[in-house]
Amino acid sequence: MSSFDSELPPPPRRRPWTMVERGLAAVGISGKALVIAAPAIWLTVFFLVPLLVVFGISLSVKQFGRPPYTPLLTTEGGTVQLTLHLSNYLRLFTDNLYVAAYLSSIKIAFISTVITLIIGYPMAYAIARAPDQWRNILLMLVILPFWSSFLLRVYALSGFMSGNGVINQLLGVFGIPPVVMMQTDFAVYVGIVYTYLPFMILPLYTNLVKLDGALLEASADLGARPLRTFLSITLPLSMPGIIAGSMLVFIPAIGEFVIPSLLGGPSTLMIGRVLWDEFFANTNWPRAAAVAIAMLVAVVIPIMLLQRAQDAVQDNEMSK
Amino acid sequence: MFRRGWFLPIAASLGFVFLYAPIISLVVFSFNENRLVTIWSGFSTKWYGALFADPQMLGAAWLSLQIAFFSATIALVLGTLCAVALVRFRKFRGRTVLAGTVSAPLVMPDVITGLALLLLFVAMESTLGWPAGRGIVTIIIAHSTFCMAYVCVVVQSRLADFDMSLEEAAMDLGASPVRVFFDITLPIIAPALVSGWLLAFTLSLDDLVIASFVSGPGSSTLPMVIFSKVKLGVSPDVNALATIIIGIVALGVFAATILQLRSRPKKARA
Amino acid sequence: MAKKPQLAIDTRPWRDPAAKPFVRIKNVTKKFGDVFAVSDVSLDIYKSELFCLLGGSGSGKSTLLRMLAGFEEPTSGSIEIDGQDMTSVAPYNRPVNMMFQSYALFPHMNVEQNIAYGLKRDGLPKGEIADRVAELLTLVKLQDYGQRKPHQLSGGQRQRVALARALAKRPKLLLLDEPLGALDKKLREETQFELVKIQETLGVTFIVVTHDQEEAMSLATRIGVMNQGEIAMIGEPTDIYEFPNSKFVAGFIGSVNMAEGIVIEDEPDHVRIRSAELGCDIYVGHGVDCAPDQLLWWAIRPEKIQLSREKPESPFDANVTKGMVEEIGYLGDMSVYQILLESGKRLRVTQTNTVRGNPDSITWDEEVYLTWGDSSGSVLTV
Repeated sequence: MSSFDSELPPPPRRRPWTMVERGLAAVGISGKALVIAAPAIWLTVFFLVPLLVVFGISLSVKQFGRPPYTPLLTTEGGTVQLTLHLSNYLRLFTDNLYVAAYLSSIKIAFISTVITLIIGYPMAYAIARAPDQWRNILLMLVILPFWSSFLLRVYALSGFMSGNGVINQLLGVFGIPPVVMMQTDFAVYVGIVYTYLPFMILPLYTNLVKLDGALLEASADLGARPLRTFLSITLPLSMPGIIAGSMLVFIPAIGEFVIPSLLGGPSTLMIGRVLWDEFFANTNWPRAAAVAIAMLVAVVIPIMLLQRAQDAVQDNEMSK
Repeated sequence: MFRRGWFLPIAASLGFVFLYAPIISLVVFSFNENRLVTIWSGFSTKWYGALFADPQMLGAAWLSLQIAFFSATIALVLGTLCAVALVRFRKFRGRTVLAGTVSAPLVMPDVITGLALLLLFVAMESTLGWPAGRGIVTIIIAHSTFCMAYVCVVVQSRLADFDMSLEEAAMDLGASPVRVFFDITLPIIAPALVSGWLLAFTLSLDDLVIASFVSGPGSSTLPMVIFSKVKLGVSPDVNALATIIIGIVALGVFAATILQLRSRPKKARA
Repeated sequence: MAKKPQLAIDTRPWRDPAAKPFVRIKNVTKKFGDVFAVSDVSLDIYKSELFCLLGGSGSGKSTLLRMLAGFEEPTSGSIEIDGQDMTSVAPYNRPVNMMFQSYALFPHMNVEQNIAYGLKRDGLPKGEIADRVAELLTLVKLQDYGQRKPHQLSGGQRQRVALARALAKRPKLLLLDEPLGALDKKLREETQFELVKIQETLGVTFIVVTHDQEEAMSLATRIGVMNQGEIAMIGEPTDIYEFPNSKFVAGFIGSVNMAEGIVIEDEPDHVRIRSAELGCDIYVGHGVDCAPDQLLWWAIRPEKIQLSREKPESPFDANVTKGMVEEIGYLGDMSVYQILLESGKRLRVTQTNTVRGNPDSITWDEEVYLTWGDSSGSVLTV
């Protein structure tokens, strides 16, 4: 930057933004209002309003035509009529498919999160405790898959686990007959663990690397063996990292669509996939909207509130 | 540390094997001559040739790159403004709402975001007449919206570490707030902007679900094309494509790591 | 304070060659890569001593302490505590506890839980743990703070919790890494005496690492001065201050004036050193292990030099020189004078201000004579 500046002859010290600033001030708009307004308007139009639209359409019913749902407001001879249908929501509770899909999504996401934690924790801890020159390389190895395509990693896994994939070929070498892994719930678990592992490792690493080594030494000094030190010092102190990492895995895993549809079988029920099918296969937009709203209310909002509470507790601890 | 155990190194090594074995096997088999991807019958680069001769794939890749470029840029501007507003303007009406709304896309399942935006676009089209049909514009809007959340988080954390006395010094020397932002703040948070932009670019390039909802006929992005191909099974030209993408990402991450390591001793001296 | 004859400070076991040391460090060396953090250190410490390891950063004092705690294993040599070889015993199996420089209080546990942590590891019954914790809280005067978390305590209170936690298991040996380092000056002085009191009440052997010489002087029964991984000198505080064995020790502890000179008389009962820097001879009233014509150094503390306007008597035609007052620093209880000698050398002299507002005190640019006794300085050959 500075070399760039010094190579130029001293310019007239009037830059475009000075003019812009003066112009705006003349009209009575402060820069501050502008900074807030731009993202606020964008988010309102393209994030908040769409959620309202989803809610609105979830109260209509499917029809043939464009758009493929009934309008909520109709004008008939000068009177405006509002028609709301609750049938989509009723259906969610009466049709077993939806309830089962919700429960199964939560179950799959939960179990995968636990497995990811069990695999990710020792990795994060090993990286945090590694010598300096190793740490950056190991971190790079974790971040690398994080930046490369999600879809292609799921694809790589499907090739790896397929009927004549690498694993089965390896098993064949030992004379073990091929195992069917693809199109099963097992493959979905592996897929979620595999793709979300970096999301678990990074927050855990950030937490564990800050862990004061003196605390572990103090624990050993007071007579605790390594396992005891881990259970009573390391683990409780890394709780914020465990929670953050688990959230980063659990939340997107619930709504996951790509993994169940590429790795799972026809019996793998996940709510993201149900919504997708409702929309694309059945073109029942109002039903899909109702599924989305139910998903928001039942899963996403509670989690967001939980996280908010968690953050507040942490902020409190820090400010003390 | 004292007496290191054997458990951690072994567990970590197994973890890395798990992370990398599928990727390595994919890269290896992209050079397989056989059409049956998993049976090795000799080295060949023919699938790379096939990839570059596939107009559908190339067209989708070009479209995706354009979308990613514009989405990342819009997300960068909006996300940075949002971060500045949240970090710098401590108190203003609607601050909590803005903070909540900008981080909500981070936890919002893609299927919901995609569906919501599609329904918005359809409703807008029938009431306002815009956007007429769906395609590159609607995808860019959708991607900008969820990417700005990521940019905002990255820039926010950088701004939070920012030494305020630098800005105060500039103001003390007679710079107006806008000038201070461009002369002092922007150059210092530049690394965060770069990584925010790259993150947004990658996320946009990678998105399948949202794009599937808001794209229209004739605007299939690369992930959409790949998805329809791999749904039918393993295909060797996708292996080739994946190898290229992984190669580019590996180079980028490697370069970034080296740059970071190089810049560190300089900081220590200063 | 009541005399406690069993304490090392009174019995001074290090003066008795037959006394059995409690901690025996034998030829201990620790290398990190190619760097010698501690090289060939041998050191005996006796029961109920309060031993200070004093040194600058990188002197190896902390590494030595960490080897005693078991966090580092010596590259070579051995460490014996109470007759048992501890060289490669894990920290959790040693009868030793440590008070950490950062205190290392477990942030997620309250004060009581922190203090009880070590006792729980020993599997003590609950009631006994509670009694012991209460006893320790009383000892460090924190009875009402048992439920507080570390972040709710002041620096001084944290320091006391750390001490209580380290004492909880009644260790045979307590290691303290810069125990007062994180406290401000006033608090440090108060705590210093409290620490000594606790040590004397319990009779536990303390090894304290510090870089603060005043702290070492006022706490220690003996001090081990460390420099570049080696022990430069071991001795009681007065020995270290008044009879340093090397230029390093003389310069490290307190302030000192150092002058070069050449031996011109070497007798069994006295030595005469000619110093061009001082512009006079130095007469030392005792024998020194040196040879005629040898170059050596003579060190004298600023308070051991007297200033006068009239030329004082010099019985041996030595120990008197002349200079000009260049600077005066008034410190209240005393004044520091910087005197420029004719050779260009500057000496630092302190004089106690015994007369209030003395109008006749020596002032700037005055010519003054400097004099000292024949045993006031130390002759140093290294």
